[in-house]
Amino acid sequence: MSVGNWITRVDHKHVGLFYILSALAFFLVGGMEAMALRAQLAMPNLKLLTPDQYNQIFTMHGTTMIFLVVTPVLIGFGIYLVPLMIGASEMVFPRLNALSFWLQLAGGLLLYLSFATGQAPAAGWFSYAPLSEKPFSPGKGSDYWAFALLLISAAMIIAAINLAVTVATARAPGMTMRRVPLFVWMTFVNSLMIVFALPVLDASLVMLLADRLLHARFFDAAHGGSPLLWQHYFWIFGHPQVYIMILPAFGMISEIIPVFSRNAIFGYTSAALSTVAIAFLSYGVWVHHMFAVALGTTFISVFAAASMLIAVPTGVKIFNWAATMLGGSLRLTTSMLFAVAFLLEFTIGGLSGVAFATVPVDWELTDTYFVVAHIHYVLFGGTIFALFAATYYWFPKMTGRMLDEKLGRLHFWLVVIGFNGTFFVHHILGLLGMPRRIYTYGDIPWWGPLNLISTVSAAVLVLGILLFCTNLVVSLQLGAVSGDDPWDAWTLEWAASSPPARNNFAEIPVVRSRRPLWDLKHPDAADWLLEETPVQGGD
Amino acid sequence: MVWGLLFHPQSPETEAIASLLADVLVLSAAVFSLVAALVVASLVRPRRARGEPEGRRILDAKAARARIEAIWTCVTVIVLGGLFLLTVRAMAKIDAPLEPGTAPDLVVTGHQWWWEAQYPNGVVTTGEIHIPAGHRLLVRIDSADVIHDFWVPQLARKMDAVPGLDGYIWLEANKPGRYQGMCSEFCGAQHAWMHFVIIADSEADFSSWLKSQAQPATQPSGSAASEGARLFLEKKCGDCHAIAGTAAKGGNGPDLTHVLSREFLGAGIARNTPETVALWLTNPQAAKPGNRMPDPHLSDAEASALAAYLGTLK
Repeated sequence: MSVGNWITRVDHKHVGLFYILSALAFFLVGGMEAMALRAQLAMPNLKLLTPDQYNQIFTMHGTTMIFLVVTPVLIGFGIYLVPLMIGASEMVFPRLNALSFWLQLAGGLLLYLSFATGQAPAAGWFSYAPLSEKPFSPGKGSDYWAFALLLISAAMIIAAINLAVTVATARAPGMTMRRVPLFVWMTFVNSLMIVFALPVLDASLVMLLADRLLHARFFDAAHGGSPLLWQHYFWIFGHPQVYIMILPAFGMISEIIPVFSRNAIFGYTSAALSTVAIAFLSYGVWVHHMFAVALGTTFISVFAAASMLIAVPTGVKIFNWAATMLGGSLRLTTSMLFAVAFLLEFTIGGLSGVAFATVPVDWELTDTYFVVAHIHYVLFGGTIFALFAATYYWFPKMTGRMLDEKLGRLHFWLVVIGFNGTFFVHHILGLLGMPRRIYTYGDIPWWGPLNLISTVSAAVLVLGILLFCTNLVVSLQLGAVSGDDPWDAWTLEWAASSPPARNNFAEIPVVRSRRPLWDLKHPDAADWLLEETPVQGGD
Repeated sequence: MVWGLLFHPQSPETEAIASLLADVLVLSAAVFSLVAALVVASLVRPRRARGEPEGRRILDAKAARARIEAIWTCVTVIVLGGLFLLTVRAMAKIDAPLEPGTAPDLVVTGHQWWWEAQYPNGVVTTGEIHIPAGHRLLVRIDSADVIHDFWVPQLARKMDAVPGLDGYIWLEANKPGRYQGMCSEFCGAQHAWMHFVIIADSEADFSSWLKSQAQPATQPSGSAASEGARLFLEKKCGDCHAIAGTAAKGGNGPDLTHVLSREFLGAGIARNTPETVALWLTNPQAAKPGNRMPDPHLSDAEASALAAYLGTLK
């Protein structure tokens, strides 16, 4: 297939797969960067990396994982699955869809081009001013970083508008908003969040570039600017971004747990509404990234209360999933194993999040390894675990073949052991006073052994991920043929062939409830027969 | 010296933090256990027999579901409400309000990559900050360049040092001792080596230390040291470093008036030994890669004269 042929593809399934595969490639790059960091920290006073190299690599690791892996892969799954799940033949704007991917990829390549200039960005993924300003970061790295993020942000906004419009206007007859799968709900809410949050990032990037390239003074305190301006802008974007990286994963888990529990989701309405609540609250909590700044206790305590409130809708979700499992009968496929592990790992990440909302604890632990533990429990134990579950679940739909379950189980256990070994000890290191983002440390009691445990476990984690990649490649050729509906699932994508045809459905099943395929397979026990108001849906 | 807070808070402020932290950790363990118990219970439940109709149980019990969800939500809200009250109470204790216009007892300024402390009597020191044990000091935190963060895990909350924004904290040690501190906000190449030590002295020790630090530098005696003093000015060392009692008044680098009294150089990267001093003089970038000191291009004789001079600055 020629390159031109690839570039001109607009089928949402191809664009979705482009997103997913490019994110996988960047995931491996970001993982190698993480291993370099872990190697440097394995023991006190190592000199594998210079301070500058270390700072560039951790900046690239964070930026890569957030902007080139987690965010786009979730968008990619949305682009692949949403039209199928709502019974549409295509996204509403297919060519914009393709444009968004190529902009995203261009942003990623531009970011990595900075290495070729010898000056990758080195101010961290949130790139605080004035450290990111010209006098303190004279190289071109921060310029590449800002321009790359502008491209990626444009890609995200385009994709988000497309997804939101598709959900709003392209649903099949009978597919009301009270009947769409929860993954669609959460992708819809997520898309609206992107549309409102990313322009704030753009504004801050433009100010940074104006300072760096045009001698403006937005963040220069000595000339009437303010370094806090960057922090406020960045985190007004940054905290919604945290949820942009988890909500679609919640959606995936909300699809997978019911199917493998053989039970309808417990509390569809509360699962959907709690997503909306999280989205609203996420715009009112940004200052909890700035509790260590002298902002005044009254001001801060308002944001502490808002941050704690987020635990309420999040707790509702955890409860929905646990109750669905408790009322069902589990089938422990690899996909389900990852979903169950997600529940536990994400709970740990959520709880350490509550710890940071209790301000005095934040005053002690912010910017230590306790934060590093928290973000990895949420983003890896949360989103990446959900993505593994999603891959085992939807790979058959995307390729027509099953992923190998034996390799899958080995992959699962290596990842669980490697992940917890790597990151659980980071909680303890934080409590022992280890600041984040230090390229080395002296001979301090317990720091050496704990860091060594972390580094060795990271190697186990890498092994697990390599096994996953092997599984993808091998199963694509040799996996068992899956058929259209290998899991006996209930949502519309399983009514399409595997992989789906160009226009997805030859004929769209009648949608009269949230589980159209269940109704089709069990006409005598169809959900809509039980619903009190089958015409409107209803809960 | 024990690092970290959890097990060894050494001031009323950090005792309040540690007690809140303990509450949070216990609460977290309880919530995690509850979720884990639900998961385990669903894993060990007997599997449904083949052929039995699936997936109806929950749909059948709407009223019960609404009640369970309401209870779960209320319990979460109540627990979080309690946690918020504890939070506000601890905040009031740690960030006790101060009278407007109160002058700080100590001004600490973050530089890339070292800490400077200024006392009301004019004494300036670097990295090794003495305080009288048992006294609560008001400390103002400033930055000379980028954002840093002043953190002594066992003694006080963190405070970001933001250019143009004064931060204030209460700093106190229950008893004499040495307490490790470090920069906790990423601030560039040598963020890792931006350590400092709070040395809490008995009152007598503190006032004699302060008195000795207030003395100007001793006049060099001996030909090598005098030559070093001359070179210090000739090589423009004084443009960045100050030595009280001489023409060297620079403020970009650490004050060297009593450099010999300090245990560490380079904000913790090495002990203060003649070898370290020699390395700083001949190859500063090898002593601490990325630091702001330019290579002064000294001959061996000049370097040893300067070292001899610095060796007199007790």
